[in-house]
Amino acid sequence: MVSRLLNRIRSLFSVPLSLYRRDGSPHRYKQLRRYMAAIMLLITIIPLLLMAVINYHEYQKALRSEIILPLGTLVNKTKHSFELFLAERLSAVSFIASGYSFEELADQNALNRMFRVVKNEFGGFIDLGLIDSSGIQISYAGPYRLKGKQYTGQHWLQEVIVKGEHISDVFLGYRKFPHLVIVVQKELDTGDSWVLRATIDTERFDNLIASMGLDPASDAFIVNREGVLQTSSRFYGKVLEPLPFPLPPLSYESNILETKDHMGRDIFLAYAYFVSPSYVLMLIKPQSQVLKSWYGLKAEILLIFLFSVIAIVFVVLKLTNTMVKRIQASDEECDATFHQIEHTNKLASIGRLAAGVAHEINNPMAIINEKAGLMGDIIHSMPSFDNKEKFLSLTKHILESVDRCSTITHRLLGFARRMDVEMERLDLNGVIMEVLGFLEKDAFHRSIEIDLQLDERLSQIESDRGQLQQVFLNILNNAFAAVDDGGRISIVSREIDTDMIEVTITDNGVGMSEDTLGHIFDPFFSTRKGYGTGLGLSITYGIIQKIGGDIQVTSKEGEGAVFTIYLPKTAQ
Amino acid sequence: MMKVLLVDDEREFVTTLAERLQLRDIIPLVATDGDQALQIIESEKPPVVVMDVMMPGLGGLDVLQAVKRRHPEIHVILLTGRGSTQDGIRGMRLGAFDYLMKPVKIEKLIETMESACRSDTESAV
Repeated sequence: MVSRLLNRIRSLFSVPLSLYRRDGSPHRYKQLRRYMAAIMLLITIIPLLLMAVINYHEYQKALRSEIILPLGTLVNKTKHSFELFLAERLSAVSFIASGYSFEELADQNALNRMFRVVKNEFGGFIDLGLIDSSGIQISYAGPYRLKGKQYTGQHWLQEVIVKGEHISDVFLGYRKFPHLVIVVQKELDTGDSWVLRATIDTERFDNLIASMGLDPASDAFIVNREGVLQTSSRFYGKVLEPLPFPLPPLSYESNILETKDHMGRDIFLAYAYFVSPSYVLMLIKPQSQVLKSWYGLKAEILLIFLFSVIAIVFVVLKLTNTMVKRIQASDEECDATFHQIEHTNKLASIGRLAAGVAHEINNPMAIINEKAGLMGDIIHSMPSFDNKEKFLSLTKHILESVDRCSTITHRLLGFARRMDVEMERLDLNGVIMEVLGFLEKDAFHRSIEIDLQLDERLSQIESDRGQLQQVFLNILNNAFAAVDDGGRISIVSREIDTDMIEVTITDNGVGMSEDTLGHIFDPFFSTRKGYGTGLGLSITYGIIQKIGGDIQVTSKEGEGAVFTIYLPKTAQ
Repeated sequence: MMKVLLVDDEREFVTTLAERLQLRDIIPLVATDGDQALQIIESEKPPVVVMDVMMPGLGGLDVLQAVKRRHPEIHVILLTGRGSTQDGIRGMRLGAFDYLMKPVKIEKLIETMESACRSDTESAV
């Protein structure tokens, strides 16, 4: 069970393996962001929620004991007051019944005197009467004319015959006024029994309830076990009217219920059953009033919780976003470096391959060179014969071709090992013209206009002729590829200051996008898929750097490109 | 007349070169591997040796080391098809006179051999 729970928690906090793989897809970062946010929210909001719940319950408990429990105490106290009040009156009646004989009490004057004494000493007595065994009131002291009244069949009379003493419920009786009676039964020597009956004013009940000091929204009253009100209620009816809701379960100790009254109001009902008489004291307070402070506190707790959650969510989302962005940036940086390394490795492989090829070709080339050379030597030394000149020219051409091949292989090797730069003083315009020599035929066939603006006063510069030829050849080859037939290429050379010469090559070709411009000097970058090696401009850039110059390019798609080459006049 | 030892495992190359040098009044000696080259050096003591770097068995740089140890006065010109800067630098450090790449023009080769010989006279002076 515990291990299962632990596994659940572990799985909740474990990040899927896919998130560790750097595949660079936006989905991965979205997922990463989701996971981080979820975990951070969980570990911050769960303790907050726990705190809020614990606070809620603790406050509720404290408030309950502070507000609700006193209701029970009040009910208990009042119940005791009632019981004491009734017990005192019962004792007084019992005392008279025990202390005096039937005959003495039957004497009207004696009964009057006794009534005056109890009324003055105890209070609450309305009248006092003696009832003989036939149920007739034979003597009576009090404000009504009830002497000679027949009480046979009255409920309280039957009760007292069984129990010896009895306190009745409130009733109207002959006098049509709510009251209750306390009756005590005694026996004569003859075996007949008689009953002393006292009437108690229920106004005293109202006084006792008033002494509870209730607020106007609360209500307290007494009902009997049949649910008939024994005192008037503020909200639930007058005396002797039935209580509009059922009696609570029996409890002689005070008990508190959270319930609804017949009007649907949420109420606290504090009550206690009397052992004797069979009354129930009830105290009712509306919950809304009792819990007003609790509701306020509850709202405050909820508000603080909500505010904290919103703050946490905001901070977590912001933080997660920043972190994931940083991770993404560092991933991208990593990828870029990785690609750079990959490029460099490719370049190195090409270099090794080039060196290998060049080496393999150089050896047979050397043999051709020597054989053709020897052939030339021999022909040269021979006396004149037919076609001697022709043979000499042939061997010369073979040697020239070998020379061209070796230039290529040496250049290949140079790419591999960056051949040492051979500096010489040279005329830059001359170099440009030499290179244009290679391209003349192409320009002629494609009707490409070459606009030359070479500064004739250009001073000689100290640089590597072969490498410069390579530079101009590469750039012009690109320009030729970029322009349509009939296009225009202009070459401008000029001195920009005492140290630098600038050559600008402008074409009106297809131009390049911003993206292409950003990669144009990267090795293996080519827009001419399937044609170029993607090495031309990379090599060009390398050479210009090596001879201490600089190259810049500006271009707009559809408007052509401008290559500007800066070369130092003296070698650096 | 200048005497030169040509060392290269490419027999066709080395014999043809020898013939051409002969036509230019240079006495060529030919070896096709390192051991043979060392033997000829011991017996003939040519002032200049033109030698390939990459050879099966004893390589050009090994032979160069051996020659320089026993006969520092003999000039060794390295001639190679592989344009490796590292090989060139190592060769020069080991005392080679120059480092040339195949295919080489005969005029350039002879010029280098002559300047090697000349450097002797110059240093002697």
